[in-house]
Amino acid sequence: MDNIQESVVASREVPAESETIEADVNGQVIKKNGKFLNETPMLDELENGPWPSFVTGLKEMAERNKKPMLRGVMDQLEYSYQTKSGYWKGGLVTVKGYGAGIITRYSMIKDKVPEALEFHTFRVQPAPGFHYNTKMLRGLCDIWEKHGSGLIALHGQSGDIMLQGITAEKAQECFDELNEAGWDLGGAGAGIRTSMSCVGPARCEQACYDTLQVHKKVLDAFVGAIHRPERNYKLKFKFSGCSNDCVNAIMRSDIAVIGTWKDDIQVDKEEVKAWIEKKGMDNLVNNVITRCPTNAISLEDGEMVIDNRNCVRCMHCINVMPKALSPGKERGVSVLMGGKNTLKVGTMLGSMIIPFYKVDTDEEIENFIELAEEIVEWWDDNGLDHERIGETIERCGMKQFLEDVGLEANIDMISAPRDNPYYKTEY
Amino acid sequence: MTVEVMERSYEVDENGYLVNLDDWSEDVANELAQDEEIEMTDEHWDIVNFLKDYYQEFQIAPAVKVLTKEIAKKNDIKRKEASAYLYNLFPNGPALQACKIAGLPKPTGCV
Repeated sequence: MDNIQESVVASREVPAESETIEADVNGQVIKKNGKFLNETPMLDELENGPWPSFVTGLKEMAERNKKPMLRGVMDQLEYSYQTKSGYWKGGLVTVKGYGAGIITRYSMIKDKVPEALEFHTFRVQPAPGFHYNTKMLRGLCDIWEKHGSGLIALHGQSGDIMLQGITAEKAQECFDELNEAGWDLGGAGAGIRTSMSCVGPARCEQACYDTLQVHKKVLDAFVGAIHRPERNYKLKFKFSGCSNDCVNAIMRSDIAVIGTWKDDIQVDKEEVKAWIEKKGMDNLVNNVITRCPTNAISLEDGEMVIDNRNCVRCMHCINVMPKALSPGKERGVSVLMGGKNTLKVGTMLGSMIIPFYKVDTDEEIENFIELAEEIVEWWDDNGLDHERIGETIERCGMKQFLEDVGLEANIDMISAPRDNPYYKTEY
Repeated sequence: MTVEVMERSYEVDENGYLVNLDDWSEDVANELAQDEEIEMTDEHWDIVNFLKDYYQEFQIAPAVKVLTKEIAKKNDIKRKEASAYLYNLFPNGPALQACKIAGLPKPTGCV
């Protein structure tokens, strides 16, 4: 096996410049075979599956805009696949007044692929609910193609628009133009990160609060902290309008704000009838009633009855019967904290911190922001370096955390009842 | 790499940080500040001196939050304001720029 491995590596060296280049037309390098890109047999394999491939996308883009940087990236990636190792390293690139927002990527094999020397990423903040107009997006693309590689990845888990591929030299000028056009950089490093909100009431009837408005106001309050990372580690807010949680707040944010309701699910009896007529009673039983996680739905004399006290707001019945059922009228948010993905202690889901909180008026939103600031301050004082807030709460204890930030304990915070009923505490 | 001050050259690393802390003097600091396009004022010196003292005591550069807290306490302002104040003085990141001028090694964090 080892021999085969070595021969593959040996047979394919990145071509020396003299072989590759035939002419330098208007500062652009064109190769002998008429193509802009070098041969990348390993990467080509990734195009063979039935699924869309990023390699195809990169190739099309590079052949179209002829940016040497993209060719360098393809060459380096090809080399990575041959040698089964990555060759990017970090560094430091910032723009004036900002400590975060640009993710650096320097090549470790710049002698082999000089064109891939620098390939930094701009993290650009998304609009609340990801609502853009085409003018903004076109402007963004134009600026990026002018200064950077033109390569854009929209809305990964960080929420940011990732503009990938720029040199340090052009960073400030590019940022100035983006900023002029109304864009701002997102968060990176150990600090408050970019927030995300679901499409909210603008596009979705299930939204229990104005995710866009709350996102915007929280962003305004924390914008300085996003640009100047100086916390223990990262901290993310995410805003979902209901517990369908379209922005993955509970799993992937430290402070998840999820829409919920306090009263009963609204039932439109006529629509329920119409639904049963169309889809059949079997469907109601098999697809709605038996799938309720807490068995809170039953049939009484052929009519659907919901035991709202036992409803856990899973949204399943509402999703299946969107016309017949909708969230209750008394709406607000639940705040869950401590969600995170792997690293150190492994994946954690957010824990319920505030079961119900109203964020309709400016004053209520202001109160929420004050609480959030208090929580971040607490984490600042008590957290260790490189510790997410969920880990800090787990280490210090939920009781301690609640006392320190002035929140009340609630029965919803109990993850499991005590399993030995004969246990007697000392106090 | 080296940096030239008063016809003497001092060794710096690839990011422009002094290799030997003992090489530091006010003149060297001024030269390093010039590279960062910073004109040193008393406010700048306060922070540079704080970093130097901290480094001498703990043999490590302070975390940014420690620096921010210290500035907030010293100037009797909120932490939020202290952070903005620091970036005003050192626009490309207080830890990185101020540490460079103070002759400390490059901090491991991002700012």
